[in-house]
Amino acid sequence: MIELFGVPLPALMGQLMLGLVNGSFYAMMSLGLAVIFGMLNIINFAHGALYMAGAFLAWMGMTYWEISYWWALILVPLALCVVGVIIERAFLQWLYKLDHLYGLLLTFGLALIIEGLFRDQYGVSGQPYPIPEELSGALNLGFMFLPKYRAWVIVASLLVCFATWFTIEKTRLGSYLRAATENPKLTQAFGINVPLMVMLTYGLGVALAGLAGVLAAPALQVNPLMGSNLIIAVFAVVVIGGMGSIFGSIVTGLGLGMIEGITKVFYPEISSTVVFIIMAIVLFIRPAGLFGREK
Amino acid sequence: MTVNKNIGFAALFLLGLLAPVLIYPVLVMKVLCFALFACAFNLLLGYTGLLSFGHAAFFGLAAYAAGHALKVWELPTLVGLVFGTVSAAALGWLFGLLAIRRQGIYFAMITLALAQMVFFFLMQSSFTGGEDGLQGVPRGTLFGLDLADDMTLYYVVFIICAAAFWLIYRTINSPFGQVLKAIRENEPRAISLGYDVGRYKLLAFVLSAGLAGLAGATKMLVFTFASLTDAHWHMSGEVVLMTILGGMGTVLGPVVGAGVIVSLQSELADKVGSLVTVIMGAIFVICVMAFRRGIVGEAMALYRRMVGEKV
Repeated sequence: MIELFGVPLPALMGQLMLGLVNGSFYAMMSLGLAVIFGMLNIINFAHGALYMAGAFLAWMGMTYWEISYWWALILVPLALCVVGVIIERAFLQWLYKLDHLYGLLLTFGLALIIEGLFRDQYGVSGQPYPIPEELSGALNLGFMFLPKYRAWVIVASLLVCFATWFTIEKTRLGSYLRAATENPKLTQAFGINVPLMVMLTYGLGVALAGLAGVLAAPALQVNPLMGSNLIIAVFAVVVIGGMGSIFGSIVTGLGLGMIEGITKVFYPEISSTVVFIIMAIVLFIRPAGLFGREK
Repeated sequence: MTVNKNIGFAALFLLGLLAPVLIYPVLVMKVLCFALFACAFNLLLGYTGLLSFGHAAFFGLAAYAAGHALKVWELPTLVGLVFGTVSAAALGWLFGLLAIRRQGIYFAMITLALAQMVFFFLMQSSFTGGEDGLQGVPRGTLFGLDLADDMTLYYVVFIICAAAFWLIYRTINSPFGQVLKAIRENEPRAISLGYDVGRYKLLAFVLSAGLAGLAGATKMLVFTFASLTDAHWHMSGEVVLMTILGGMGTVLGPVVGAGVIVSLQSELADKVGSLVTVIMGAIFVICVMAFRRGIVGEAMALYRRMVGEKV
């Protein structure tokens, strides 16, 4: 058997793939946070809870209404988009003029509510969600077995990230969005409905979290606490990468996922904290973050 | 106004002395510990304008450190409490060095992430007893007083909290506190006036962390155990909630907020179970949407309006 640094290659590659899967979630989540922050100036603490809600909606759809995975992939983000729009209209729109901290506090409260409701209903134990038939099994790549579902998660999330990047950087709608981020008043004066754009941005950001949740459901266990565990790591990712660039969010997310995977092989004791340790190091060397700009 | 204030403090002091006769002392001690925790937190949020989402790390670490010192090393109670406080202050210095490099929401995210690291560390370390926590810590004696008695312990806890509260009050009203307020109001201006803002922030952070640690160590002494709940991010959220509910940037706000939240929790715990989290979340939302000055802040505004009308 081929070995690398004393570790069998298949084991190393396996952990690396698992790390990439986690990294895909980091990337999607931090991308959503960055897009929302750019437009609303709010750090969406509820992002993790909404990701968990996405996974749970997929599970509930499967369990109660026999909605398949593929339908859930479309319906759950749509449903969460509606939830996001309601949250924005009911709460967030009143906070834009206040200090950023209030947005963080409000969404923290929402996160507690959402997580508490699911915990009250389903306890803290995980609910299994089967991998769809088309994606079960593994590919034999010669040097390792690649579970099809993991490959799918990585490919799907890269596609979603690319689509988001493309929409923001290359389309007309995206140019409005960037203009509104840069200078909302002037953009409004040009006849673009900025409040509507803000509302849709939040809705889409939340839908992105929901999509990540559906993708995560078969890969991890569906559990009311999955969101808060993820969001704190994603915050560290955001601090490391900086929220300045979309590309930066994606690269940082995937990179940290891989580093986490490698740590699991060589030094498992710190695998759950390695992201935070890297954050501390980056803060010392480059406080603005790897892709951030010092303001 | 100063006369009013002094009367107010004297009344509170008397209330504190009488409280254990009227109410179950352990509950009052819990309120006192959380009030101290929230006041320490308010020193940062209310007076320096820094939102730390990681204060549970100091509270929890101090609880474990003090518990370990008392149970395993069998040190005297006083030394244990000091050890817990100093460990929290040292951790605060470390956190502070990193976190003050960024501002605003980044500061909040960094403190939260660092606190999560401490949480994982406590969860995996062998000395903390993992999921079970550190149980059966002896309360010991202090200056010859046997602390196993709840009433005796109450007055010790009361004096600790009153002294810490006095320290915070003096800090807020000292020249140092004035500089902190200046940083909160307008950081660039404070820098241009020649203040080394970073050092002031760091000192405020260390002070806040140390006092949060004192609160954690004292709470451990009351309940004779330290658990992972003390260091969990929910705890960080709770102290934020107590402070904004009571009124951030007011002297008494955190005390009132702590009183309300702790009694609410002990009242609701066996009635609604895990829905307590939902209720806490709802209070958060209500506070941010409609009640940003908090209970004490609103009361003071009301008082000013009434006095103003008379003149």
